[in-house]
Amino acid sequence: MDLEIQQRVKDLTEKHGAENIVVILGGAEAEAAGLSAETVCAGDPTFAGPLAGVELGLRVYHIVEPEMKKEFDSAVYDEQCGMMEMVLDVDEIIKEVNTIRAQHTKFDD
Amino acid sequence: MILKGRKVIAIGDRDGVPGPAIKACAVSAGAEVVFASTECFV
Repeated sequence: MDLEIQQRVKDLTEKHGAENIVVILGGAEAEAAGLSAETVCAGDPTFAGPLAGVELGLRVYHIVEPEMKKEFDSAVYDEQCGMMEMVLDVDEIIKEVNTIRAQHTKFDD
Repeated sequence: MILKGRKVIAIGDRDGVPGPAIKACAVSAGAEVVFASTECFV
C-alpha cells in the first residue's frame, strides 16, 4: 500500500479511535486487496511504510463483500460498482479479505 | 450495522472500484467518509 496512504490511515486511526474506523477496499486483484487488508490490520507486510509493525486491527472489508453490500443503498451500489463487480473475481477477493479479517481484526461485529 | 455512524477510509483502485465510488456507497449506508483515495498499482 502507498506509503502516503499508510500514514493517513495511521493518523486518522489515532484521531478517531480504531473502534470507530472501517476501511473499505476497492482493489481489482484478490492478492492486492489481501495485502492492503493485512496492512491496515496486522501492519505493513513489506516493512517499508509507516504501518510496519503497527497492528491497528481495523475492521476491513472489500466493497463487493456481502456484509458491505447489504448496508449500501442498492441503487447507489449498482450505479457505482455494478459494472466492476461483473469483471472482478469476487469469490477470490471475498476469500482473501475474509481470511485476513478473521485472523487480525480486533473488532468482532 | 457495521457502517452507520462510523468513520470510513476508502482505498480504491484505478483498475477496480475507485475511491469516489466507495465513498458514495459508504455515505448511502450512513457512514462518514474521512478519507477517500484511488491507488494505482501499475
